[in-house]
Amino acid sequence: MTVADVLTAALGAVALGAGLLVVTTRHVVRAGLWLVVALGAIAGLFLVLTAELVAWVQVLVYVGAVVVLLLFAVMLTRAPIGASADLDRIRWPGALVGAGAGAGLTALLIDAFRWTRVEMPEPGTAERLGEVLFRTWVLPFELVSVLLLAALVGAIVVSRPDIGARPTKRRRD
Amino acid sequence: MHPALPFTIAALLFGIGVYGVLVRRNAVLLLMAVELMLNAVNLIFVTADASIRAAVPRAGQSFALFVIVLAAAEIGVGLALILQLYRLRRTVGVDDLPLADEPPPDTGGGPGAGSIGGPAGSDGPDGPDGADNPSGSGVSGGSAGSDEAEVAR
Repeated sequence: MTVADVLTAALGAVALGAGLLVVTTRHVVRAGLWLVVALGAIAGLFLVLTAELVAWVQVLVYVGAVVVLLLFAVMLTRAPIGASADLDRIRWPGALVGAGAGAGLTALLIDAFRWTRVEMPEPGTAERLGEVLFRTWVLPFELVSVLLLAALVGAIVVSRPDIGARPTKRRRD
Repeated sequence: MHPALPFTIAALLFGIGVYGVLVRRNAVLLLMAVELMLNAVNLIFVTADASIRAAVPRAGQSFALFVIVLAAAEIGVGLALILQLYRLRRTVGVDDLPLADEPPPDTGGGPGAGSIGGPAGSDGPDGPDGADNPSGSGVSGGSAGSDEAEVAR
């Protein structure tokens, strides 16, 4: 066991515990806050795994933007502040499928890698990652930016009912 | 570093996400579980990048970045849909969505009534509660509800 292993195990335990709380807590707002803990721990895991740029992008995009957006949605949909009893369906089918998926993937990956040891690669800084990104993966990168723009426009169109409304209707204002 | 450790963490996290997607009824909580699954996939990408010598270096980290962008786009469109759904039906419970073509329930049931589970607005007065509109974007919830009623007709 090296330092990296210990750090990985500790951060992974935090991420798994917080993730479990996200899907089991009875408070809607607390689920969002536990999501922050889980995503932060995963960002720490990225740092341990030498993915420096991905870790900071994770902190910026997920913890900074996505979770804030989710909390906004929780507030805008008037989620109850206290505990609510009817957040979950019957639990055992979901638990069965979830445990099956987790155990199956775990068995598959452990069978593939055993307890092998690899040397850490050099850290993936922004410079090195940008080199690969703008040489090998230029086309997917541009495609992703177009997709992001399309999603932005789509979100605006969806959330404004006056766009694309029937012209014959009379609207109360 | 032993790559089996982060791979196991990612697999278990994916299982937790699957459980959350299957069990949760609130659409916002469902999206949170989807985020957990996407993060598990990202963790697998980054771990594979660190442990496997590929022909193209750092392909895994590049794809993790792409997945993060896709997740951001997904959450934007998903939340817009959820807010629109709440404006029309006064509920974000995925079990309350009628799949057949039936007239939508009244939208005047008040904001507090059954915003998670339960049928929305079962016995409220029919007035459009534009003052309670959570989005505050100028178009009242009652107006959107009448739009929906007209479309369904």
